Amino acid sequence: MDAAIETRALRKVYPAPRKRRGNRGVPSFSPGMPAMAEATGMTTADGGIIALDALDLAIPAGEFFGLLGPNGAGKTTTIGVLTTRVLPTSGQAFVHGHDVLRHAVVVRRRIGVVPQRPNPDRGLTVLENLTFHAAYFGFSRKDSVRRAGEILGQLGLGDRGGDKVDHLSGGQQQRLMIARALIHEPQVIFLDEPTVGLDPQARHALWDILRGLHAEGRTIVMTTHYMEEADRLCDRIAIVDRGRLLACDAPVELKKRAPGGTMIEIVLDGDAAPALDAARALPGILKAEAEGRILRAYHPRGGESVAALIGAVQGAGRQVTDIHLAAPSLETLFVSLTGRKLD
Amino acid sequence: MAGGRVPGAGSGPRREVRVTTARVFWALLMRDLTVLRREVVFFLLRTAMQPLMFTVVFGFLLPRMGFVQRGYTAALLPGVLAVSLALAAVQSVALPMVAEFGWTKEIEDRLLAPVDNRLVALEKVLVGAVQGVIAALFVLPLARLIMGPIEGLSLAHIGIVVAVTAFGATAFSVLGLFLGTVIEGPQIGLLFGLIIAPMIMFGCAYYPWRGLDAVPLMQYCVLINPLTYIAEGLRAVLVPGKPHMPLGMVLAGLVVITLVFWVLGLRTFMRRAVG
Repeated sequence: MDAAIETRALRKVYPAPRKRRGNRGVPSFSPGMPAMAEATGMTTADGGIIALDALDLAIPAGEFFGLLGPNGAGKTTTIGVLTTRVLPTSGQAFVHGHDVLRHAVVVRRRIGVVPQRPNPDRGLTVLENLTFHAAYFGFSRKDSVRRAGEILGQLGLGDRGGDKVDHLSGGQQQRLMIARALIHEPQVIFLDEPTVGLDPQARHALWDILRGLHAEGRTIVMTTHYMEEADRLCDRIAIVDRGRLLACDAPVELKKRAPGGTMIEIVLDGDAAPALDAARALPGILKAEAEGRILRAYHPRGGESVAALIGAVQGAGRQVTDIHLAAPSLETLFVSLTGRKLD
Repeated sequence: MAGGRVPGAGSGPRREVRVTTARVFWALLMRDLTVLRREVVFFLLRTAMQPLMFTVVFGFLLPRMGFVQRGYTAALLPGVLAVSLALAAVQSVALPMVAEFGWTKEIEDRLLAPVDNRLVALEKVLVGAVQGVIAALFVLPLARLIMGPIEGLSLAHIGIVVAVTAFGATAFSVLGLFLGTVIEGPQIGLLFGLIIAPMIMFGCAYYPWRGLDAVPLMQYCVLINPLTYIAEGLRAVLVPGKPHMPLGMVLAGLVVITLVFWVLGLRTFMRRAVG
């Protein structure tokens, strides 16, 4: 297999924030760090925040690969390591066989990066953002202007080349970031939550663009916490949570692994554990679990069991405050793997 | 929008691009000079206004009122130039860097350039030094015009003047690299209140170092201030007949400051660049 990307036992621990001197010791610019700090609470003995914990990935060239997980799962840190912006604590990462630590410059030549939040060069015009970026990669002015014109046209920004980037909408800035990631013709494109903050129309337009890039044979690695996005676009999806890889397969295969039946999630007014046995005893219930105030059960025909489940809950002295039903899907798989929802 | 067509001109991933380090460095430099050219008026206003206002008060009004001796302008002119270049060099590196590392994260596209990140820092220092020199050369004729004839002023060795100016601007640019990477966004106000303002007042800009013979403790204390060396260095080359610090001591001071803050600044820069 020609692996475009490979990670071996990748681990990243951010140092514990220093209390007395604020977080000066922690680089606030580290991709992934801000989310991690508020996220999982996974820490080492000395208070370090574990962002990645022995992550192994292998992504063949030309694949559209999705990293799916909630905020703080380690997605952005993974992208940060692979794009030479975050130093792993241990383990290795390779892009087209080049070690991201030892051959960072070679790796940078081969990758394009679309950040989570658009960060265009505001001192430059839209066109200059692309031509200067291309110049950093050795393109001649003539080549870069021609290419920038083409890409801007294709991304619907053809008439905005001379504008200041501040005059672009959020969606347009995101497209500019995609244009910038493409201008130097990279082999691998990383997109970190590219559709966050976009309206549905802009999101679907972006999906079309990404499908087009994939059709050209580029390797695409995209993080997302939208199930539907990962399901629709990706050849394979890695489900990550708390810095660990929980599952990695094609969406259709992952869905087969989802627990059978409809998931019925009932939120109670108190601890769900006392209601668990009664729920499990109900006819047709495939599986049931309690987590805090949430009682989660799976039933082949979800709707039929709702009344009985409510009865069981009330029999245990609890009241129902909310109910949620979900058909077998990536979402139900995710919940069964992680014990929590994605959003 | 995309209209069914896909970006990349249908070319797909292409051959690996080969590019020399020098060419990347040149492109980074061109980017900053393009932005500088576009903002040059704003840049000059920002950095030259304060020194020029000081010049009006201390180099024009007070001498004419008789509160200071006329010969004072010979000591003041090099000091005003030193303040101009220091403000320009420090601010032009530190202010954008605080913002770009802190909240805009604009610097990321340069950190992804196929070049050692240390060269990105070096390029910033170089552009900061250029801005320091431009500010000093802009203020020099204006300050001279406001002050009137200056006793002992010599531009005979303009090459040495430019060299000392460039060296001093580099020292302050490197200081800007350190401050710009060590200061977090919300603390940016401290840069002026706690660092730049005291540096200007206690940097021998408005009085010669030799004048502090009268206050020996102060004379030693100001030696930790980088501005002292550049103000005294400019006195040594612009008004060589007036009291000034020996040029060798000036150069030694600037070398030490440049090296110390380059090492510290590079360390904090790399820490911010790669998490």
